Amino acid sequence: MLENTEMRFADAEAMGLSHDEWLLILKRLDRTPNLCELGIFSAMWSEHCSYKSSKKWLKTLPTTGPQVIQGPGENAGVVDIGDGLATVFKIESHNHPSYIEPYQGAATGVGGILRDVFTMGARPIALLNALRFGEEDHQKTKHLVSGVTAGIGGYGNCIGIPTVGGEVNFHKSYNGNILVNAMAVGLAHADRIFYSAANGAGNPVIYVGAKTGRDGIHGATMASTEFSDETESKRPTVQVGDPFTGKLLMEACLELMAAEAVLSIQDMGAAGLTSSSVEMASKGGLGMEIDLDLVPVRETQMSAYEIMLSESQERMLMVIDPDQAETARAIFDRWDLDFMPIGRVTDTQRLVLLKDGGVACDIPLAPLVDDAPEYDRPYRPNELQPVLTSGSLICDFPVKDALIKLMSSADLASRRWIYEQYDSDVMADTLAASGGDAALVRVHGTNKALAISTDCTPRYVEADPFEGGAQAVAEAWRNICATGAKPLGVTNNLNFGNPEKQDIMAQIVGAINGMGKACKVLDTPVVSGNVSLYNETDSMAIQPCPVIGMVGLIDEWETAVGIGFTSVGEAIFVIGQPADCADGWLGNSVFAKLVAGREGGAPPPVDLDAEKAHGQFVREQIVLGQIKAAHDISDGGLLVALAEMALSGNLGADINIPESDTLLAWAFGEDQARFLVQVEDAVKFQALLDEHNLKGHQIGTTKDSQILTVGPDVTISLEEIRQCYESKLPEMMA
Amino acid sequence: MRVAILVFPGSNCDRDMMVAVEKITGRRPALVWHKDSQMDPVDLIILPGGFSFGDYLRCGALAARTPVVEAMLDHASRGGAVLGVCNGFQILLETGLLPGTLIRNERLKFVCRSVNLQLQPDHGSPLLSTLDPGHSLTIPIAHNEGNYFAQEDDLEMLKQNGQIAFKYTASPAFGPDNPNGATDDIAGILSSNGRVLGMMPHPERAIGNGHPSSDGKLLLRAILQGVA
Amino acid sequence: MEVKINISLKQGVLDPQGRAVESALISLGYSEANNVRIGKQITLEIEAEDASRAQQRAARMCETLLANTVIEDYSIEVADPT
Repeated sequence: MLENTEMRFADAEAMGLSHDEWLLILKRLDRTPNLCELGIFSAMWSEHCSYKSSKKWLKTLPTTGPQVIQGPGENAGVVDIGDGLATVFKIESHNHPSYIEPYQGAATGVGGILRDVFTMGARPIALLNALRFGEEDHQKTKHLVSGVTAGIGGYGNCIGIPTVGGEVNFHKSYNGNILVNAMAVGLAHADRIFYSAANGAGNPVIYVGAKTGRDGIHGATMASTEFSDETESKRPTVQVGDPFTGKLLMEACLELMAAEAVLSIQDMGAAGLTSSSVEMASKGGLGMEIDLDLVPVRETQMSAYEIMLSESQERMLMVIDPDQAETARAIFDRWDLDFMPIGRVTDTQRLVLLKDGGVACDIPLAPLVDDAPEYDRPYRPNELQPVLTSGSLICDFPVKDALIKLMSSADLASRRWIYEQYDSDVMADTLAASGGDAALVRVHGTNKALAISTDCTPRYVEADPFEGGAQAVAEAWRNICATGAKPLGVTNNLNFGNPEKQDIMAQIVGAINGMGKACKVLDTPVVSGNVSLYNETDSMAIQPCPVIGMVGLIDEWETAVGIGFTSVGEAIFVIGQPADCADGWLGNSVFAKLVAGREGGAPPPVDLDAEKAHGQFVREQIVLGQIKAAHDISDGGLLVALAEMALSGNLGADINIPESDTLLAWAFGEDQARFLVQVEDAVKFQALLDEHNLKGHQIGTTKDSQILTVGPDVTISLEEIRQCYESKLPEMMA
Repeated sequence: MRVAILVFPGSNCDRDMMVAVEKITGRRPALVWHKDSQMDPVDLIILPGGFSFGDYLRCGALAARTPVVEAMLDHASRGGAVLGVCNGFQILLETGLLPGTLIRNERLKFVCRSVNLQLQPDHGSPLLSTLDPGHSLTIPIAHNEGNYFAQEDDLEMLKQNGQIAFKYTASPAFGPDNPNGATDDIAGILSSNGRVLGMMPHPERAIGNGHPSSDGKLLLRAILQGVA
Repeated sequence: MEVKINISLKQGVLDPQGRAVESALISLGYSEANNVRIGKQITLEIEAEDASRAQQRAARMCETLLANTVIEDYSIEVADPT
């Protein structure tokens, strides 16, 4: 008989449901749900699983294009890369668990995103991440940076997938809420993509992977609530990952798919068996019956509720053709993994769970998915921050000192301390990893390569969500183009505070609008993504952080370039800036924060047509061999980008500066749509720029000595920059 | 030239090594699963990198006690050539075929970067005989337990018998170097008959064609020539 | 028989983990702590007629798998649950 614990609204409320949601459940079931059923509703209708606060706006994003095989709605997005191949990718957050237990939170974030990719039939070939931590001297920062780095490495290195790129920011708004977003990119045959929709009433439903324990019960709900001082006591809800089992599971699943012995497959991620069974069944327009007594468990006396809500890692749910069952079982036996038929697909469109000889749950699927709340939350944007003129931010500060200060800051210093803990070259296809613009990974067995980048400038988004949302896309676009690759698609991870607050909701709306416009103009549709809300502690919200993960393709990897200067005596051009430019946008820049001591202000505006034109030009000229090194200009501005090129190539440069009262703005302004490139033939290149009607001019020349000469008066040795650039993070983490 | 690569649950550099060997020999090496106790006769057995059995108990501890490793020990006892890379090196140490052990990196962090290796001039191995004595190689490492340790008497023996193959050395590119605290900067060692080589760095990640160097190809080719 | 095996690093083997933990203890104010070494404990049940037999079996297990005798020592405690 059904569990007869009589549920009341108070129980629903404790699970995070609103009164209206509770009433809707009563209406749809025409009775009171039991504990297990209520748990299933609360998980499926949680922010994390239903996207109720953001769905309305996410629907406005561009998600299609000739290169899109599968857009949002599946475990990951799929983009055609030609020659019968496709790339499968997604980014996902694990913010709240990582704050509580940084190693496991980050590790399971990596594990989860990898499963989302290989469940589609793609072998993962690269991992990236986007991390935000509190300010550098906050008491928890060192512990969190250390734990998260070790966790990402601990999982990625063990499972044998290279972690090839990422970004890290430090800011006080993340003191109580760090952000850990993990992105995975995989490779598949375009005609062998596996989807999650259940297929064929009567077909067996199989559970594979690790046994189920009590990990993370109600983790999806935790991700939908703010932290407070009670957070410490939430420790038991963090899941523990096992990358070794993850590796076995990945190999077994890929083998299964190569043998075409599976019909539908879904990983058990947030809300575990609940979300996977519900989604598989409802996508197929079918139902499912599961005997919970058959679920492999590693704890005794687990209740129906616990089994359904457990977030134990490294588990998958599959539907197979009965004729293929033996083939499938043999594969999993070889890898020593549990392979357990636990139920069957039905045509009732209901989820029925059996336990202890009775029925533990019997609910219609439609309300879980179709009736999942979709809110139109009210929003009221904050006033846009004022434009801060160069004059108001410039002070009497020597250029050299400013460059050193910026390069040695937590914002811009070398992240080597972090990325050398990641195995970046396992699988032996990595062409370029952390330290440059985009990561570059060869498409195994071909001459093609994928370029991948993760980007966001949260301070811009806070000041102007629309511009900031567009800027994240634009910066990713530039990073990809700067390698010579053609950007193809985007996965996004929206990290925001409490959407029930009107100014936060306005950030979400604005950022999505800006991002959408940029993706449209740049022809980089959004194919997958994730939303993480309620990133607030005691009501202090994070700087909004809509991370863009972008993937691009280069046809011949040998034509790709990096950021380091490659030859002596070659010309350095700035693209996107007229020759008579003597100023720059300092408002809301790294310079403004560190030297002028002034945060905030309107961010540099994004001209999407210019971004498109400049990116395309740079990419084309790289592939044609005209450009030998390229770097986009972003945080810290032109001089910082230049220093990064010099350090990377270990070559100096002579730079001409304009006559200017606002030289610091010229040097450190963060005007968008700009690149620095190294070219062999300056005359020819200028002609090319003129032909294409693009602004750009030579600003200097590379040279053999390890010195940057900036105008007649300023000489900076690379060694001096390198010293403070490389020592910042090791000192911070000592 | 028949080459076999052993594969354990959790091995993750087997494909990389297979690709490298195939590029050099023109022939795809056999991949042998850990449960196989019989192996076709081969000239060279390679134990690749990874996290066999999740590094449980100790790195390489469980892999060292599998049927396929029994077969490998048999091959080695008859003078057969064996190469163990990273986790493969850990496994060879666990079997006792090579002396000593690998413990946690001194700075307790996983480290992934290129290092400079110097071939020790007094090694007595046919596997390395076609390389110039004192030759320098740039090859990537990626490990958390690469810190070589042996008891005093074993160290003495290694030195006396020319069983130290490679040491980490300083270079202009990488500065002063011992990335993991290994005793005497030891990066790779040989068995007493010189036909078993264990090393921490990954030659299969330095075979040119977009890799940071092609010194790994040089090394693998030398080993294959030395085996023939 | 309930068997408890303690595996510890041999004297003289460098223990970087122990050293790091010691630094952390000291920086937390426990200046009285020193010589931290980190080992592991393995517990298992061994079917055997008596404690002595169980001890022997456990010792064999340590020699052949559980301990790396190059750098580790082991000690065994046997308890008869009856």
